Amino acid sequence: MLERAEIIRQEYLRHDKKFPHVWCPGCGNGIVMGALLRAVHSLEIDKDEVVLASGVGCSGRMPTYVDFNTLHTTHGRALTFATGVKLAKPELTVITVMGDGDATAIGGNHFIHAARRNLDLTAIIINNSTYGMTGGQYSPTTPFGSISTTSVYGHVEHAFSIAELAVTAGGSFVARGTVYHASHLEQMIKKAIQKRGFSVVEVISNCHVQHGRRNKLGGAVEMINSYKENAVTVGKAEKMSPEELEGKFTIGVLADVEKPISTQEYQRVIVEARRNAEKIAKEKEKNRVKRYE
Amino acid sequence: MVTSDQQKRILLQGNEAVVAGALAAGCRFFAGYPITPASEISELLSVKLPELGGTFIQMEDEIASMGAVIGASLAGTKSMTATSGPGFSLIQENLGYACVTEVPCVIVNVMRGGPSTGLPTSPSQGDVQMARWGTHGDHPIIVLAVSSVSDCFSVTVKAFNLSEKYRVPVIVLSDEVVAHTREAVALPDADQIRVIDRIAPDVPPEWYKPYADNNRGVPDMAAFGDGYRHHVTGLIHDDHGYPTQDGKEVEKFIQRIHRKVSKGFQEIQVIKTHDMEDAEICVIAYGSVARSALRAVRDARNQGVKAGLIQLVTLFPFPRKSVDSYLRQCRVAIVPEMNMGQMSREISRVNQGGCRIVKHNKIDGHLISPEEILKHLITV
Repeated sequence: MLERAEIIRQEYLRHDKKFPHVWCPGCGNGIVMGALLRAVHSLEIDKDEVVLASGVGCSGRMPTYVDFNTLHTTHGRALTFATGVKLAKPELTVITVMGDGDATAIGGNHFIHAARRNLDLTAIIINNSTYGMTGGQYSPTTPFGSISTTSVYGHVEHAFSIAELAVTAGGSFVARGTVYHASHLEQMIKKAIQKRGFSVVEVISNCHVQHGRRNKLGGAVEMINSYKENAVTVGKAEKMSPEELEGKFTIGVLADVEKPISTQEYQRVIVEARRNAEKIAKEKEKNRVKRYE
Repeated sequence: MVTSDQQKRILLQGNEAVVAGALAAGCRFFAGYPITPASEISELLSVKLPELGGTFIQMEDEIASMGAVIGASLAGTKSMTATSGPGFSLIQENLGYACVTEVPCVIVNVMRGGPSTGLPTSPSQGDVQMARWGTHGDHPIIVLAVSSVSDCFSVTVKAFNLSEKYRVPVIVLSDEVVAHTREAVALPDADQIRVIDRIAPDVPPEWYKPYADNNRGVPDMAAFGDGYRHHVTGLIHDDHGYPTQDGKEVEKFIQRIHRKVSKGFQEIQVIKTHDMEDAEICVIAYGSVARSALRAVRDARNQGVKAGLIQLVTLFPFPRKSVDSYLRQCRVAIVPEMNMGQMSREISRVNQGGCRIVKHNKIDGHLISPEEILKHLITV
């Protein structure tokens, strides 16, 4: 285990150039980054073949620290850039990492359309229920009644369930994990990268500094431990009553379906378009010859 | 006797000529969102790109289109989008990203009446200053304008070439009249077209500094997947591409991205002149209005007025050096525009009281006619 950690540290981090990182002590982002790097390492994908794109926010800083082809885009737009990269070079493994506000508020439209479109992309969404970097304003996943810097009297809106949203929008593979279940998370990310088609991993994570502190959820340790208490595997949840599921959330694979991947389908379009163009060119040539005869 | 040029003549619409120009320049990726009067560019490229092994995609909006265009360019593919006013507003966010990350790409804006949903789809030239200053922050950009179907071809080729050479987004301003006018044009053969590609690094990957200055001021550009793993960010960055807040680094960077365009100014600034040798009165025009202006100048000459035309192809950086001497030569410069006077501001700024500037602004959704311009030429 220690050996693997050392390989990850030496091989995958831009250790000399970009550390220390900007994340607060106890932040879940590092756990997600570790799980991602271990997943890529175990899949033995060449670093030159991996593109990691992010949006803006705390999660947006992750690509800076890792030794792939990395792309820190504009707020909410990581998936649009990733779409361009993937279509231009389909052989690359393109992964995006986003936050909850990034992916489902400002980038919400891109997110559902990426799921509908079904390109071969992987989206990791770190859901910490707040806009951490800007000071703890309410996000699309801030629970009803929660205190944030823009809902000091308690939040009056309702939260998205990101994984369920991804399932409904048409994601080929959708899973949820938490920063408590680190090796489970690694497995989910590994499966998501392996899956051909649009895959989503929602990661329940802690922002004890902005969200936890204001809502008396404790520090990093208490918050991360609460995921252990409240997470129920998908299989187990099926056997539980709605009352038993009150305050709980599911982890594991929520959807894993097979459907045509648009990246591949477009290769068929290229073949057909070329065939059609050749046919038209031949006909033109035939008509030209006829005219001369 | 039919010349070979006449044989090669084909009937093309402005938007179709933009497509032909883009493909000739090596464009192999297009992302866009439907909008009139630019839609023909999307429709035609959705057929033509796959024939050449390229990719067309219709995105969920223009913000996404611009993101995809930048992504594809970063992966090494020449890319473009085409839109009109409302979409051009949405493009601005990621256009700024392309400026700061120095990603080559071409944006065609077929102008229609604005502001907002405006006047679909009557011609306008209302997006001229927006093309220069639409995205926030000090940024370099190149803006070109087309006035004929053959312009649509050659200027689009030039747009790609400048974009690749200087690693700066290039905006091609078309308008509804040019876009939908059909003209017989003879397009040059492929071997007659000069195509410029971005310069790839030739150092080993471990030596590669993606944003290091050189004598051109334009860093060598590696594509994702080519073994040069590097970081690209919209944050102000150092030579390695990593975010920096160091004042010295920040200033060095902002200065360089402006300097690279200033250095190429001689090549970037393009104007076309007609009858300017002995002109005492000139018309300075661009886009479809330049066509009306040319007719007006010829009519004025027939009436004995020493008139001439300066057609601006490059709008920004403003072709000051080319226009300057003519402003000193002429008594009056007439600036007809389908807006409230966006380029005449620029011309007045350069002119600094040299000759009299007469504005002619039309904002009713109709093209300025030769007669309107002629009236000025014979009365001023």
